Amino acid sequence: MNTQSNTYTFLYASILVVVVAAVLSFTALQLKPRQNKNREIEKKQYILKAVDISSTPEDAEALYKKYIEKAFLVNSQGKTISEDMDKAFEVDLKVENAKALKNRELPVFIFEKEGVGEKIILPIRGKGMWGPIWGFISMDTDGKTIYGAIFDHKGETPGLGAEIAKPAFQKPFAGKQIFDEQGTFTSLALRKGTASGHVHQFDAVSGGTVTSKGLEKMLRDNLGSYEKFLKSLN
Amino acid sequence: MSDKEPLFSAKNRKLLTNPLSAENPITVQVLGICSALAITAKLEPAIVMSLSVMAVTALANVIVSLLRNTIPSRIRIIVQLVVVAALVIVVDQVLKAFAYNVSKQLSVFVGLIITNCIIMGRLEAFALGNKPWPAFLDGIGNGAGYGVILIIVAFFRELLGSGTLYGFHVIPKVLYDMGYQNNGLMILPPMALITLGIIIWVHRSRNKGLIESN
Repeated sequence: MNTQSNTYTFLYASILVVVVAAVLSFTALQLKPRQNKNREIEKKQYILKAVDISSTPEDAEALYKKYIEKAFLVNSQGKTISEDMDKAFEVDLKVENAKALKNRELPVFIFEKEGVGEKIILPIRGKGMWGPIWGFISMDTDGKTIYGAIFDHKGETPGLGAEIAKPAFQKPFAGKQIFDEQGTFTSLALRKGTASGHVHQFDAVSGGTVTSKGLEKMLRDNLGSYEKFLKSLN
Repeated sequence: MSDKEPLFSAKNRKLLTNPLSAENPITVQVLGICSALAITAKLEPAIVMSLSVMAVTALANVIVSLLRNTIPSRIRIIVQLVVVAALVIVVDQVLKAFAYNVSKQLSVFVGLIITNCIIMGRLEAFALGNKPWPAFLDGIGNGAGYGVILIIVAFFRELLGSGTLYGFHVIPKVLYDMGYQNNGLMILPPMALITLGIIIWVHRSRNKGLIESN
Protein backbone atom coordinates (compact mmCIF):
# COMPACT_ATOMS: atom_id res chain seq x y z
CA MET A 1 0.00 0.00 0.00
CA ASN A 2 1.18 3.49 -0.76
CA THR A 3 1.58 5.08 2.66
CA GLN A 4 2.43 8.43 1.11
CA SER A 5 -0.81 9.07 -0.77
CA ASN A 6 -3.17 11.81 0.33
CA THR A 7 -6.11 9.45 0.78
CA TYR A 8 -4.08 7.17 3.01
CA THR A 9 -2.80 10.09 5.08
CA PHE A 10 -6.30 11.47 5.61
CA LEU A 11 -7.75 8.07 6.45
CA TYR A 12 -4.90 7.33 8.81
CA ALA A 13 -5.30 10.60 10.67
CA SER A 14 -9.08 10.23 10.93
CA ILE A 15 -8.97 6.67 12.26
CA LEU A 16 -6.19 7.49 14.70
CA VAL A 17 -8.11 10.42 16.14
CA VAL A 18 -11.33 8.43 16.52
CA VAL A 19 -9.53 5.56 18.24
CA VAL A 20 -7.69 7.89 20.61
CA ALA A 21 -10.88 9.77 21.41
CA ALA A 22 -12.67 6.52 22.23
CA VAL A 23 -9.86 5.32 24.49
CA LEU A 24 -9.75 8.64 26.35
CA SER A 25 -13.51 8.89 26.86
CA PHE A 26 -13.57 5.34 28.16
CA THR A 27 -10.75 6.04 30.64
CA ALA A 28 -12.34 9.27 31.79
CA LEU A 29 -15.72 7.60 32.36
CA GLN A 30 -14.17 4.73 34.26
CA LEU A 31 -12.18 6.96 36.59
CA LYS A 32 -14.79 9.66 37.10
CA PRO A 33 -16.47 8.18 40.23
CA ARG A 34 -13.14 7.82 42.01
CA GLN A 35 -12.05 11.35 41.10
CA ASN A 36 -15.33 12.82 42.32
CA LYS A 37 -14.96 10.90 45.56
CA ASN A 38 -11.48 12.39 46.00
CA ARG A 39 -12.81 15.91 45.46
CA GLU A 40 -15.62 15.30 47.93
CA ILE A 41 -13.19 14.07 50.57
CA GLU A 42 -10.94 17.06 49.95
CA LYS A 43 -13.86 19.43 50.48
CA LYS A 44 -14.74 17.69 53.74
CA GLN A 45 -11.14 18.07 54.84
CA TYR A 46 -11.25 21.80 54.08
CA ILE A 47 -14.48 22.23 56.05
CA LEU A 48 -13.00 20.43 59.06
CA LYS A 49 -9.77 22.38 58.75
CA ALA A 50 -11.73 25.63 59.05
CA VAL A 51 -12.54 24.63 62.64
CA ASP A 52 -9.00 23.42 63.19
CA ILE A 53 -9.72 19.70 62.92
CA SER A 54 -6.97 17.93 61.01
CA SER A 55 -8.02 14.92 59.05
CA THR A 56 -6.52 12.44 56.61
CA PRO A 57 -8.24 11.35 53.41
CA GLU A 58 -9.09 8.12 55.25
CA ASP A 59 -10.85 9.51 58.31
CA ALA A 60 -12.28 12.72 56.80
CA GLU A 61 -15.68 11.17 56.04
CA ALA A 62 -16.12 9.77 59.55
CA LEU A 63 -15.03 13.01 61.21
CA TYR A 64 -17.29 15.06 58.96
CA LYS A 65 -20.24 12.87 59.88
CA LYS A 66 -19.37 13.14 63.55
CA TYR A 67 -18.88 16.89 63.85
CA ILE A 68 -20.99 18.50 61.15
CA GLU A 69 -24.42 18.58 62.76
CA LYS A 70 -26.39 20.26 60.04
CA ALA A 71 -25.93 21.79 56.65
CA PHE A 72 -28.56 23.90 54.96
CA LEU A 73 -29.09 26.51 52.28
CA VAL A 74 -30.04 30.11 52.92
CA ASN A 75 -30.84 32.96 50.53
CA SER A 76 -29.42 36.47 50.72
CA GLN A 77 -32.36 37.48 52.97
CA GLY A 78 -31.13 34.99 55.54
CA LYS A 79 -34.14 32.66 55.10
CA THR A 80 -33.52 28.93 55.09
CA ILE A 81 -34.56 27.50 51.74
CA SER A 82 -33.49 23.88 52.10
CA GLU A 83 -32.40 21.67 54.95
CA ASP A 84 -30.97 18.96 52.73
CA MET A 85 -27.40 18.29 53.92
CA ASP A 86 -26.23 16.69 50.68
CA LYS A 87 -27.69 19.47 48.59
CA ALA A 88 -25.90 22.07 50.70
CA PHE A 89 -22.64 20.16 50.41
CA GLU A 90 -22.83 19.90 46.64
CA VAL A 91 -23.43 23.59 45.97
CA ASP A 92 -20.81 24.99 43.58
CA LEU A 93 -19.97 28.48 44.79
CA LYS A 94 -18.59 29.43 41.39
CA VAL A 95 -22.08 28.99 39.95
CA GLU A 96 -23.79 30.77 42.86
CA ASN A 97 -21.44 33.75 42.77
CA ALA A 98 -22.25 34.25 39.11
CA LYS A 99 -25.96 34.66 39.95
CA ALA A 100 -27.64 37.86 41.11
CA LEU A 101 -27.46 38.22 44.88
CA LYS A 102 -31.14 37.56 45.47
CA ASN A 103 -31.08 34.27 43.53
CA ARG A 104 -28.09 32.76 45.31
CA GLU A 105 -28.45 29.56 47.29
CA LEU A 106 -25.82 29.79 49.99
CA PRO A 107 -24.64 26.79 51.99
CA VAL A 108 -24.14 26.96 55.77
CA PHE A 109 -22.50 24.18 57.76
CA ILE A 110 -23.06 23.82 61.48
CA PHE A 111 -20.25 22.26 63.46
CA GLU A 112 -20.57 21.02 67.00
CA LYS A 113 -17.92 19.51 69.24
CA GLU A 114 -17.76 19.20 72.96
CA GLY A 115 -15.35 21.68 74.46
CA VAL A 116 -15.40 23.82 71.31
CA GLY A 117 -19.10 24.48 71.06
CA GLU A 118 -21.17 25.29 68.03
CA LYS A 119 -19.57 27.00 65.04
CA ILE A 120 -20.90 28.19 61.71
CA ILE A 121 -18.85 27.36 58.63
CA LEU A 122 -19.28 29.38 55.44
CA PRO A 123 -17.67 28.72 52.07
CA ILE A 124 -15.99 31.53 50.12
CA ARG A 125 -14.59 31.74 46.62
CA GLY A 126 -12.94 34.47 44.60
CA LYS A 127 -10.14 35.39 42.22
CA GLY A 128 -6.44 35.47 43.01
CA MET A 129 -3.70 36.58 40.66
CA TRP A 130 -3.49 33.53 38.40
CA GLY A 131 -6.70 31.70 39.09
CA PRO A 132 -9.41 30.96 41.61
CA ILE A 133 -8.85 31.14 45.35
CA TRP A 134 -11.31 29.66 47.83
CA GLY A 135 -11.71 28.69 51.42
CA PHE A 136 -13.97 28.29 54.40
CA ILE A 137 -14.54 30.66 57.28
CA SER A 138 -15.79 29.39 60.61
CA MET A 139 -17.57 31.79 62.95
CA ASP A 140 -18.84 31.89 66.48
CA THR A 141 -22.60 31.64 66.91
CA ASP A 142 -22.82 35.40 67.44
CA GLY A 143 -22.30 35.68 63.68
CA LYS A 144 -19.64 38.38 64.16
CA THR A 145 -16.43 36.79 65.31
CA ILE A 146 -14.25 34.64 63.09
CA TYR A 147 -13.18 31.43 64.77
CA GLY A 148 -10.95 30.01 62.04
CA ALA A 149 -10.14 30.35 58.36
CA ILE A 150 -8.71 28.16 55.66
CA PHE A 151 -7.73 29.30 52.18
CA ASP A 152 -6.42 27.50 49.17
CA HIS A 153 -5.66 28.42 45.61
CA LYS A 154 -5.31 26.93 42.17
CA GLY A 155 -1.93 28.37 41.22
CA GLU A 156 -0.80 31.49 43.06
CA THR A 157 2.93 32.26 43.00
CA PRO A 158 4.83 30.01 45.42
CA GLY A 159 6.42 32.02 48.23
CA LEU A 160 4.23 35.07 47.48
CA GLY A 161 0.49 34.72 46.85
CA ALA A 162 0.59 31.03 47.68
CA GLU A 163 1.36 31.96 51.29
CA ILE A 164 -2.41 32.34 51.86
CA ALA A 165 -2.59 28.55 52.07
CA LYS A 166 -0.12 28.48 55.00
CA PRO A 167 -1.21 28.24 58.65
CA ALA A 168 0.95 31.29 59.47
CA PHE A 169 -1.33 33.39 57.29
CA GLN A 170 -4.58 31.74 58.36
CA LYS A 171 -4.10 31.55 62.15
CA PRO A 172 -4.33 35.33 62.79
CA PHE A 173 -7.86 35.38 61.33
CA ALA A 174 -9.19 33.87 64.56
CA GLY A 175 -10.88 36.55 66.65
CA LYS A 176 -11.38 39.07 63.85
CA GLN A 177 -14.72 40.88 63.67
CA ILE A 178 -16.63 41.35 60.43
CA PHE A 179 -19.23 43.75 61.92
CA ASP A 180 -18.29 47.04 63.54
CA GLU A 181 -19.55 48.29 66.91
CA GLN A 182 -22.70 49.75 65.34
CA GLY A 183 -23.51 46.39 63.79
CA THR A 184 -22.69 47.44 60.22
CA PHE A 185 -21.09 44.82 57.99
CA THR A 186 -17.49 45.87 57.34
CA SER A 187 -15.79 42.61 56.35
CA LEU A 188 -12.02 42.69 56.83
CA ALA A 189 -9.70 45.20 55.24
CA LEU A 190 -6.13 44.72 54.08
CA ARG A 191 -3.45 46.20 56.26
CA LYS A 192 0.22 46.70 55.56
CA GLY A 193 2.43 45.84 58.47
CA THR A 194 1.10 43.89 61.36
CA ALA A 195 -2.66 43.64 61.80
CA SER A 196 -2.55 41.97 65.18
CA GLY A 197 -4.72 43.97 67.56
CA HIS A 198 -6.78 45.36 64.68
CA VAL A 199 -9.88 43.21 64.65
CA HIS A 200 -11.29 44.57 61.39
CA GLN A 201 -8.14 44.14 59.37
CA PHE A 202 -5.85 41.37 58.20
CA ASP A 203 -2.20 41.20 57.17
CA ALA A 204 -1.43 41.47 53.47
CA VAL A 205 1.10 39.03 52.01
CA SER A 206 4.26 40.93 51.05
CA GLY A 207 4.85 40.55 47.34
CA GLY A 208 1.39 39.06 46.95
CA THR A 209 -0.59 42.24 46.56
CA VAL A 210 -2.93 41.01 43.85
CA THR A 211 -3.68 37.82 45.76
CA SER A 212 -4.22 39.77 49.00
CA LYS A 213 -6.60 42.17 47.30
CA GLY A 214 -8.42 39.24 45.72
CA LEU A 215 -8.76 37.71 49.16
CA GLU A 216 -10.10 40.97 50.59
CA LYS A 217 -12.69 41.15 47.82
CA MET A 218 -13.56 37.49 48.23
CA LEU A 219 -14.25 38.01 51.95
CA ARG A 220 -16.32 41.13 51.35
CA ASP A 221 -18.40 39.63 48.52
CA ASN A 222 -18.99 36.21 49.97
CA LEU A 223 -19.47 37.08 53.63
CA GLY A 224 -21.52 40.03 52.41
CA SER A 225 -24.05 37.74 50.79
CA TYR A 226 -24.50 36.10 54.20
CA GLU A 227 -24.93 39.48 55.93
CA LYS A 228 -28.65 39.14 56.68
CA PHE A 229 -28.25 35.53 57.78
CA LEU A 230 -25.43 36.44 60.16
CA LYS A 231 -27.39 39.38 61.56
CA SER A 232 -30.39 37.14 62.20
CA LEU A 233 -28.28 35.06 64.57
CA ASN A 234 -28.42 37.51 67.43
CA MET B 1 17.88 -8.00 14.80
CA SER B 2 17.00 -11.69 14.57
CA ASP B 3 14.08 -13.19 16.47
CA LYS B 4 16.41 -15.64 18.18
CA GLU B 5 18.13 -12.86 20.04
CA PRO B 6 17.59 -13.25 23.82
CA LEU B 7 15.30 -10.69 25.46
CA PHE B 8 18.12 -9.26 27.53
CA SER B 9 21.03 -9.52 25.11
CA ALA B 10 24.05 -7.32 25.72
CA LYS B 11 22.71 -4.90 23.13
CA ASN B 12 19.31 -4.69 24.79
CA ARG B 13 20.82 -4.28 28.25
CA LYS B 14 22.77 -1.33 26.92
CA LEU B 15 19.47 0.30 25.90
CA LEU B 16 18.46 0.18 29.54
CA THR B 17 21.73 1.19 31.18
CA ASN B 18 23.18 3.75 28.76
CA PRO B 19 20.62 6.47 29.48
CA LEU B 20 21.33 6.13 33.19
CA SER B 21 24.78 7.64 32.85
CA ALA B 22 26.68 8.00 29.58
CA GLU B 23 23.63 9.09 27.57
CA ASN B 24 21.60 10.55 30.40
CA PRO B 25 18.76 12.63 28.95
CA ILE B 26 19.08 15.38 31.57
CA THR B 27 22.76 15.71 32.40
CA VAL B 28 24.23 14.82 29.03
CA GLN B 29 21.56 15.68 26.48
CA VAL B 30 20.15 18.45 28.69
CA LEU B 31 16.52 17.68 27.86
CA GLY B 32 13.52 17.86 30.17
CA ILE B 33 15.13 20.49 32.40
CA CYS B 34 11.95 22.49 32.96
CA SER B 35 10.09 19.82 34.88
CA ALA B 36 13.31 18.73 36.59
CA LEU B 37 13.51 22.19 38.15
CA ALA B 38 9.86 22.57 38.95
CA ILE B 39 8.84 19.47 40.84
CA THR B 40 12.00 18.54 42.73
CA ALA B 41 11.39 20.45 45.96
CA LYS B 42 10.13 17.23 47.56
CA LEU B 43 10.92 13.56 46.96
CA GLU B 44 7.37 12.29 46.65
CA PRO B 45 6.27 14.34 43.64
CA ALA B 46 9.67 13.76 42.04
CA ILE B 47 9.22 10.00 42.31
CA VAL B 48 5.66 10.08 41.00
CA MET B 49 6.77 12.35 38.15
CA SER B 50 9.62 9.95 37.30
CA LEU B 51 7.27 6.98 37.21
CA SER B 52 4.79 8.93 35.07
CA VAL B 53 7.45 9.95 32.56
CA MET B 54 8.81 6.40 32.50
CA ALA B 55 5.34 5.00 31.77
CA VAL B 56 4.76 7.55 29.02
CA THR B 57 8.14 7.12 27.29
CA ALA B 58 7.92 3.32 27.42
CA LEU B 59 4.33 3.06 26.18
CA ALA B 60 4.71 5.79 23.56
CA ASN B 61 7.85 4.07 22.27
CA VAL B 62 6.04 0.72 22.01
CA ILE B 63 2.96 2.16 20.31
CA VAL B 64 4.92 4.22 17.80
CA SER B 65 7.21 1.28 17.15
CA LEU B 66 4.20 -0.96 16.43
CA LEU B 67 2.79 1.65 14.06
CA ARG B 68 6.16 2.60 12.54
CA ASN B 69 5.57 0.93 9.17
CA THR B 70 2.09 2.37 8.74
CA ILE B 71 2.65 5.99 9.77
CA PRO B 72 2.56 8.35 6.75
CA SER B 73 5.87 10.16 7.04
CA ARG B 74 4.33 13.56 6.28
CA ILE B 75 2.23 13.51 9.46
CA ARG B 76 4.50 11.41 11.63
CA ILE B 77 5.21 14.16 14.16
CA ILE B 78 1.50 14.79 14.56
CA VAL B 79 0.84 11.07 15.00
CA GLN B 80 3.56 10.89 17.67
CA LEU B 81 2.12 13.92 19.39
CA VAL B 82 -1.37 12.41 19.46
CA VAL B 83 -0.01 9.19 20.97
CA VAL B 84 1.99 11.06 23.63
CA ALA B 85 -0.86 13.46 24.43
CA ALA B 86 -3.33 10.59 24.83
CA LEU B 87 -0.98 8.72 27.16
CA VAL B 88 -0.32 11.82 29.25
CA ILE B 89 -4.05 12.45 29.67
CA VAL B 90 -4.50 8.86 30.80
CA VAL B 91 -1.66 9.24 33.31
CA ASP B 92 -3.16 12.51 34.57
CA GLN B 93 -6.60 10.93 35.01
CA VAL B 94 -5.15 7.91 36.80
CA LEU B 95 -3.20 10.14 39.20
CA LYS B 96 -6.31 12.19 39.92
CA ALA B 97 -8.18 9.01 40.75
CA PHE B 98 -5.53 7.14 42.72
CA ALA B 99 -2.97 9.67 43.97
CA TYR B 100 -5.04 12.81 44.37
CA ASN B 101 -2.72 14.72 46.69
CA VAL B 102 0.36 14.12 44.59
CA SER B 103 -1.51 15.04 41.45
CA LYS B 104 -2.39 18.36 43.07
CA GLN B 105 1.26 19.02 43.85
CA LEU B 106 2.34 18.15 40.32
CA SER B 107 -0.54 20.27 38.96
CA VAL B 108 0.23 21.39 35.41
CA PHE B 109 3.48 19.49 35.17
CA VAL B 110 1.74 16.19 34.44
CA GLY B 111 0.09 17.80 31.44
CA LEU B 112 3.42 19.29 30.46
CA ILE B 113 4.96 15.82 30.11
CA ILE B 114 3.60 16.16 26.56
CA THR B 115 6.18 18.82 25.87
CA ASN B 116 9.03 16.90 27.49
CA CYS B 117 11.63 16.73 24.73
CA ILE B 118 12.91 13.39 25.97
CA ILE B 119 9.73 11.65 24.83
CA MET B 120 9.50 13.09 21.32
CA GLY B 121 13.26 12.73 21.01
CA ARG B 122 13.16 9.01 21.71
CA LEU B 123 10.19 8.48 19.39
CA GLU B 124 11.98 10.20 16.51
CA ALA B 125 15.41 8.79 17.19
CA PHE B 126 14.57 5.28 18.25
CA ALA B 127 10.99 4.03 18.14
CA LEU B 128 10.48 4.88 14.45
CA GLY B 129 13.33 2.60 13.45
CA ASN B 130 13.22 -0.26 15.94
CA LYS B 131 11.06 -3.17 17.01
CA PRO B 132 8.69 -2.83 19.98
CA TRP B 133 10.78 -4.72 22.56
CA PRO B 134 13.99 -2.70 22.14
CA ALA B 135 11.83 0.43 21.91
CA PHE B 136 10.20 -0.49 25.21
CA LEU B 137 13.60 -0.96 26.88
CA ASP B 138 14.82 2.31 25.43
CA GLY B 139 11.75 4.06 26.83
CA ILE B 140 12.20 2.56 30.28
CA GLY B 141 15.92 3.37 30.20
CA ASN B 142 15.42 7.00 29.28
CA GLY B 143 12.55 7.42 31.71
CA ALA B 144 14.76 5.98 34.43
CA GLY B 145 17.69 8.17 33.43
CA TYR B 146 15.41 11.18 33.80
CA GLY B 147 14.00 9.85 37.07
CA VAL B 148 17.38 9.17 38.65
CA ILE B 149 18.44 12.79 38.25
CA LEU B 150 15.07 14.08 39.48
CA ILE B 151 15.33 11.93 42.58
CA ILE B 152 18.93 12.96 43.31
CA VAL B 153 18.03 16.65 42.99
CA ALA B 154 14.86 16.20 45.07
CA PHE B 155 16.82 14.30 47.73
CA PHE B 156 19.20 17.21 48.35
CA ARG B 157 16.53 19.89 48.01
CA GLU B 158 14.14 18.26 50.45
CA LEU B 159 16.89 17.34 52.91
CA LEU B 160 18.51 20.77 53.01
CA GLY B 161 15.39 22.82 52.31
CA SER B 162 12.82 21.19 54.56
CA GLY B 163 14.91 18.88 56.75
CA THR B 164 12.72 15.97 55.69
CA LEU B 165 12.96 13.00 53.35
CA TYR B 166 9.76 11.72 51.79
CA GLY B 167 7.92 13.82 54.35
CA PHE B 168 9.67 12.35 57.41
CA HIS B 169 11.89 14.52 59.57
CA VAL B 170 15.45 13.25 59.37
CA ILE B 171 17.47 16.17 60.70
CA PRO B 172 17.63 15.59 64.46
CA LYS B 173 16.08 18.21 66.71
CA VAL B 174 19.41 18.61 68.51
CA LEU B 175 20.86 20.25 65.42
CA TYR B 176 18.03 22.80 65.28
CA ASP B 177 18.57 23.53 68.97
CA MET B 178 22.20 24.22 68.18
CA GLY B 179 21.15 26.84 65.67
CA TYR B 180 20.87 24.85 62.45
CA GLN B 181 18.24 26.18 60.05
CA ASN B 182 16.59 24.80 56.96
CA ASN B 183 17.78 26.60 53.88
CA GLY B 184 14.67 28.17 52.36
CA LEU B 185 16.56 28.93 49.16
CA MET B 186 16.79 25.20 48.43
CA ILE B 187 13.02 25.07 47.95
CA LEU B 188 13.04 27.77 45.29
CA PRO B 189 13.70 26.96 41.63
CA PRO B 190 17.12 28.70 41.34
CA MET B 191 18.70 26.18 43.70
CA ALA B 192 17.30 23.36 41.60
CA LEU B 193 19.23 24.74 38.66
CA ILE B 194 22.38 25.07 40.72
CA THR B 195 21.99 21.57 42.17
CA LEU B 196 21.52 20.24 38.66
CA GLY B 197 24.60 22.14 37.52
CA ILE B 198 26.64 20.58 40.32
CA ILE B 199 25.40 17.12 39.33
CA ILE B 200 26.40 17.74 35.71
CA TRP B 201 29.81 18.98 36.87
CA VAL B 202 30.41 15.92 39.06
CA HIS B 203 29.13 13.63 36.34
CA ARG B 204 31.45 15.07 33.69
CA SER B 205 34.51 15.20 35.87
CA ARG B 206 34.08 11.49 36.58
CA ASN B 207 33.38 10.59 32.93
CA LYS B 208 36.16 12.22 30.93
CA GLY B 209 34.56 10.94 27.71
CA LEU B 210 31.67 13.38 28.19
CA ILE B 211 33.83 16.49 28.11
CA GLU B 212 33.66 18.19 24.73
CA SER B 213 37.01 19.01 23.15
CA ASN B 214 37.45 22.59 22.05
